[in-house]
Amino acid sequence: MTPKIIKVALIGNPNVGKTSVFNQLTGLNQQVGNYPGITVDKKTGISKLNQITKAKIIDLPGTYSLNANSIDENVVIELLLNKNDEDFPDVAVVVTEVENLKRNLLLFTQIKDLEIPTLLVINMSDRMKQKGIELDIPLLETALKTKIALISSRKNIGIDTIKELIINYKKLSTEPCLNASSIDEEYFNRLRKAFPNQLLYKLWLVITQDVNFLNLQRNEIENTFTRSHTELKKLQQKETIKRYQFINDTLKVAQKIDKTKATDFQSRLDNILTHKVFGYLIFFGVLMLIFQSIFDWSSIPMDFIDTTFSKLSALTKDNLPQGKFTDLLSDGIIPGIGGIVIFIPQIAFLFLFISVLEESGYMSRVVFLMDKIMRKFGLSGKSIVPLISGTACAIPAIMSTRNIENWKERLITILITPFITCSARLPVYAILISLIIPEKRFLGFSLQGLTLMALYLLAFVVAIASAYILNKLLKLKCKSYFVVEMPSYKVPMFKNVALNVLEKTKAFVTGAGKIILAISIVLWFLGSHGSSNFDNAEKIIAEKNTNSRLEKGVFENQVSAYKLENSYMGIMGKTIEPVIKPLGYDWKIGIAVVSSFAAREVFVGTLATIYSVGNQSDEESTIKMKMAEDIDANGNRIFNFATGISLLLFYAFAMQCVSTLAIVKKETNSWKWPIIQLVFMSGFAYVVALIAYQTLK
Amino acid sequence: MSDSNASMLKKGQSAQITDINIDEIPLKLIEMGCLPGNDIELIQIAPMGDPLFFNVNDSKVAIRIKTARAIYISLESIK
Ligand SMILES: Nc1nc2c(ncn2[C@@H]2O[C@H](COP(=O)(O)OP(=O)(O)OP(=O)(O)O)[C@@H](O)[C@H]2O)c(=O)[nH]1
Ligand SMILES: [Mg+2]
Repeated sequence: MTPKIIKVALIGNPNVGKTSVFNQLTGLNQQVGNYPGITVDKKTGISKLNQITKAKIIDLPGTYSLNANSIDENVVIELLLNKNDEDFPDVAVVVTEVENLKRNLLLFTQIKDLEIPTLLVINMSDRMKQKGIELDIPLLETALKTKIALISSRKNIGIDTIKELIINYKKLSTEPCLNASSIDEEYFNRLRKAFPNQLLYKLWLVITQDVNFLNLQRNEIENTFTRSHTELKKLQQKETIKRYQFINDTLKVAQKIDKTKATDFQSRLDNILTHKVFGYLIFFGVLMLIFQSIFDWSSIPMDFIDTTFSKLSALTKDNLPQGKFTDLLSDGIIPGIGGIVIFIPQIAFLFLFISVLEESGYMSRVVFLMDKIMRKFGLSGKSIVPLISGTACAIPAIMSTRNIENWKERLITILITPFITCSARLPVYAILISLIIPEKRFLGFSLQGLTLMALYLLAFVVAIASAYILNKLLKLKCKSYFVVEMPSYKVPMFKNVALNVLEKTKAFVTGAGKIILAISIVLWFLGSHGSSNFDNAEKIIAEKNTNSRLEKGVFENQVSAYKLENSYMGIMGKTIEPVIKPLGYDWKIGIAVVSSFAAREVFVGTLATIYSVGNQSDEESTIKMKMAEDIDANGNRIFNFATGISLLLFYAFAMQCVSTLAIVKKETNSWKWPIIQLVFMSGFAYVVALIAYQTLK
Repeated sequence: MSDSNASMLKKGQSAQITDINIDEIPLKLIEMGCLPGNDIELIQIAPMGDPLFFNVNDSKVAIRIKTARAIYISLESIK
């Protein structure tokens, strides 16, 4: 017998635990969170059902019904209606959970109408006792014409039952569990007669949605069967009521809930966490805790990483044979990678907090608390989620705007999110601040920490102000809907949080690592090759100094500085110098700024490469020390206060991230918005940096 | 059509939905069970009076006051 792969789609409402089940079945680690809309794209994985049979499991974004409201939900419908899709399932597994069974079953009855073999998974059985819920499974199986697996993916109970049911999927009934067409017999009979070979429910979906499938002439259906928009909506509503009647009747006999057990503790928590005063105080406290961890606690591991990498660099230089390759390694690659590794602690803390906020159910409360305030700025309460997670990275933040229903609110959120101080700016800030702000304390707070805090606040203020202006400028009319599900509070599961932090940090480091590696190699090459002056550097410097005899060390330093200036990198830097000079930057900084348009975190790596190439001393001084020692022709420090502030402001506002632009293009479906972002943000950054430098110098 | 709507409920009160204005109610809410005949309970009011946090048909959901005004309830059924 040849091994067969059964295709399985996991379908269900948001937040019922589809991804948790997926992870259990496949052994993979996709992200899980107690906030609706964690999964935004379909993911696949292989599950070994028994010795001979495997299944291809497809995890889908949560959807409330087959009536598409948003992009994520479209993914589901498009898959289920297209028999030719390579992922079209042999069996649909509808995942539900014990607490919201009533609502979850609406989708189930719709899927049943598609006449695909369907099985029902009821998840979170571990909560039944605490919530006082009892279920009569055999009764439900008969009423719903399906097989049921009552499981708890958290406690790993019942996963084998799902596997078994999938293996025997051919025995599952494909019969609908109710006759929805009875809402308008006459209309549906005509439809059936016109397309005798098509499934009635599919036709109905084509008529009511904007999906295209079945290779049917849309016009053909539309001409004879379209009704006015409101009439269709009425009919859809009738359909939903009909389904709920059926579900309510079924659950009345098959489900028992002891209400006294249910919501007491939860609602008391809500009374505090969404309180007029305490609610905001607690939220503020949570934010402060996040900042404290980034600014203070992470500095210990960071210092350690910093010295380790400069030791590593010196070690390579000392122990490998001299030559180009060793130079590349010790001057280019190691400092470049070090520039990224150093901020793992900060990113890990950020992801840790965001993950705990999502897993506990608190995120929705923050949305609820902030909606009214955010609306004044043309944003939605839901914008708070991208704004918080934007402090880690703008890319997942922009993707998480998908659950904002109102297009205008969503667009504004997408446009302002890149202003939020993301973790890629942190290493830039960290190094600049330590160069220009003294390590003193002010009223017990570290001055450096306060500066960092000020930069975060400034970015936030600019983001909000831009939102306000955009709200006034953009003339978009759209219905403003706002529906947030409030999941019940849960104790975050350590494994989920840990995996989440690990995965995201890893993805970030490898993603950024690749860019940095490539850029350091290119920069190293450009820095160690150059014009004829470069090749004859020793001779030229020797001729210049024929009168005075130089000590050996001084001579070598002069040669390498001269070499750097005449390398290809130096020549490029000098070419752009006129543009950046008014901001207080020399050509070295200029190169770092230009290369950071690929990604900001490249800044530190680039300077590391530049300063390593141009510095022959092999004692293990860190990049920071090299930068601090750098002086211009007049003996003034290059990284002085005015230049430092101007750079900080430039990095705070400029749009320097190719990946963000790409995701904005994808989410807004046009080049218009990313280009506007690039021009406006970078122009604004230039002007602010210019003003700052000119007033401070 | 009755004039009383879900935004008039006091915290902790519940009532039966008599009708909804489908032009104002997002489909998602209907799919959660915000339909005539089902119960709606006001659980929390956000600090500035908006949005409102309801339990509709056993689904916990927050909506803006404008949407709540399009959910009509029967006064007699208020508990
Ligand atoms: N108590 C309990 N919680 C669970 C169980 N399974 C999942 N959860 C929690 O439920 C929440 C949602 O889980 P996910 O797997 O992200 O749900 P999803 O359906 O993939 O959600 P979306 O991708 O947002 O649609 C998480 O906080 C999980 O930890 C379970 O069996 N018992
Ligand atoms: Mg998921």
